Amino acid sequence: MPATDDLQKARRFREAALPYLDDVYTLARYLLRDASDAEDAVQECYLRALKHFDSYRGPAMKPWLFAILRNVCNAEYARRAHRPSAIEDTPGAAEQTPLWHETEASPETEVLRSRDAGAIRKLIDALAEPFKETFVLREINNLSYREIAEAVGVPVGTVMSRLARARAMLRAAWMAEEEQTK
Amino acid sequence: MTCDEARILLHALLDNELDAGHAREVEAHIAGCPACAAELSAQREMQRVLADTNLRYTAPADLRARIEASLPQPQRQQPSRRSVLRGFAMGSAVSALAASGVIAVVLRQDDQQRILSEVVSAHLRSLQAGHLTDVVSTDQHTVKPWFNGKLDVAPPVIDLTAQGFTLVGGRLDYIDARAIGAVVYRRRQHVINLFVSQTASTEHRQPKTQTMQGFNCRRWGNRGLNFWAVSDLGADELAEFVDKFEAAMKANVEG
Repeated sequence: MPATDDLQKARRFREAALPYLDDVYTLARYLLRDASDAEDAVQECYLRALKHFDSYRGPAMKPWLFAILRNVCNAEYARRAHRPSAIEDTPGAAEQTPLWHETEASPETEVLRSRDAGAIRKLIDALAEPFKETFVLREINNLSYREIAEAVGVPVGTVMSRLARARAMLRAAWMAEEEQTK
Repeated sequence: MTCDEARILLHALLDNELDAGHAREVEAHIAGCPACAAELSAQREMQRVLADTNLRYTAPADLRARIEASLPQPQRQQPSRRSVLRGFAMGSAVSALAASGVIAVVLRQDDQQRILSEVVSAHLRSLQAGHLTDVVSTDQHTVKPWFNGKLDVAPPVIDLTAQGFTLVGGRLDYIDARAIGAVVYRRRQHVINLFVSQTASTEHRQPKTQTMQGFNCRRWGNRGLNFWAVSDLGADELAEFVDKFEAAMKANVEG
């Protein structure tokens, strides 16, 4: 029979962490791009979170859970040998992509058509890491820059530049797709 | 401020992450730079479209259930080999006093009240999501053997579907610090928990209905077993259930 302490800890954990299950699952879906891998990762994340709950001192539960989930996902990336590696800072081609092009037609004249959620999710899925992660944390999980910095373990300035690049890339891909379907 | 800097900071402006001083600087740059102004409005437009779209995912229910199940739960005690709930509420302290008249009677009623309240609590617990049944089956030949080895009593499991009470399954529960069998029935949307424990007495005890916290509890004793049927059903329908159950059990024994 578990000690009363364990039961109380479980109860506190349930109240503190379970309300964020959809948030954690959403991030896992974007990071892993696979429903069943995401489920496994989220379950592992909650197991680890419970294990380390004693040492949790705040401030916010959501970024803390996200930080744990990232570690789980990184292990999953490592397991998928065929996939390009993790969310870690690997200055790849994307990092060199210019933020904007002078030749671009004036964005004001090109209004984005509303798209269904599935199409937008695909565009987001196609973003390179670590930009996608920053984008999802900000735009879909509604974290502040400081919380993102905390969850990801980078300075706020890095969060800001990654987010700018992620949005520029997303918009470019979106426009390119609309161009094709015209 | 250069355009390169503005192209990064305008996002922080959109997200309300800039302090007043920096915000003014970005706005000043944008006021004098059509290209950056266009970028800002384009990004604002995209943010608006994104905000209007549900891009979140919902965790599947079984994932939630698996995580819930992995948390430490109040464990049910292993069934003791001693008989469960001897008599109607004859705890050992009470039996010691049984010889001495009045006090024993008073204590015994208190004990009965306490057990009634535990029975009702167990019923309430069972109504929480995922707690109703350990074995889910409408087949009495599945539910009955499931109890084997889990209790020192074999709860009679009788299918009463034809009589209007659907067998839903079985569960181990926990009353008076003892493991006890619960057979679960349903009538329309109402759940009936039938708790069964062993008793030393083989005499027949007439069914008697009591009410607690809005639940009806009908208890009776027969063939060395104590029964408590608990439900939010009306007293008449619960009595009907008990009658049907007893009739079916009698038919089983004699047949």
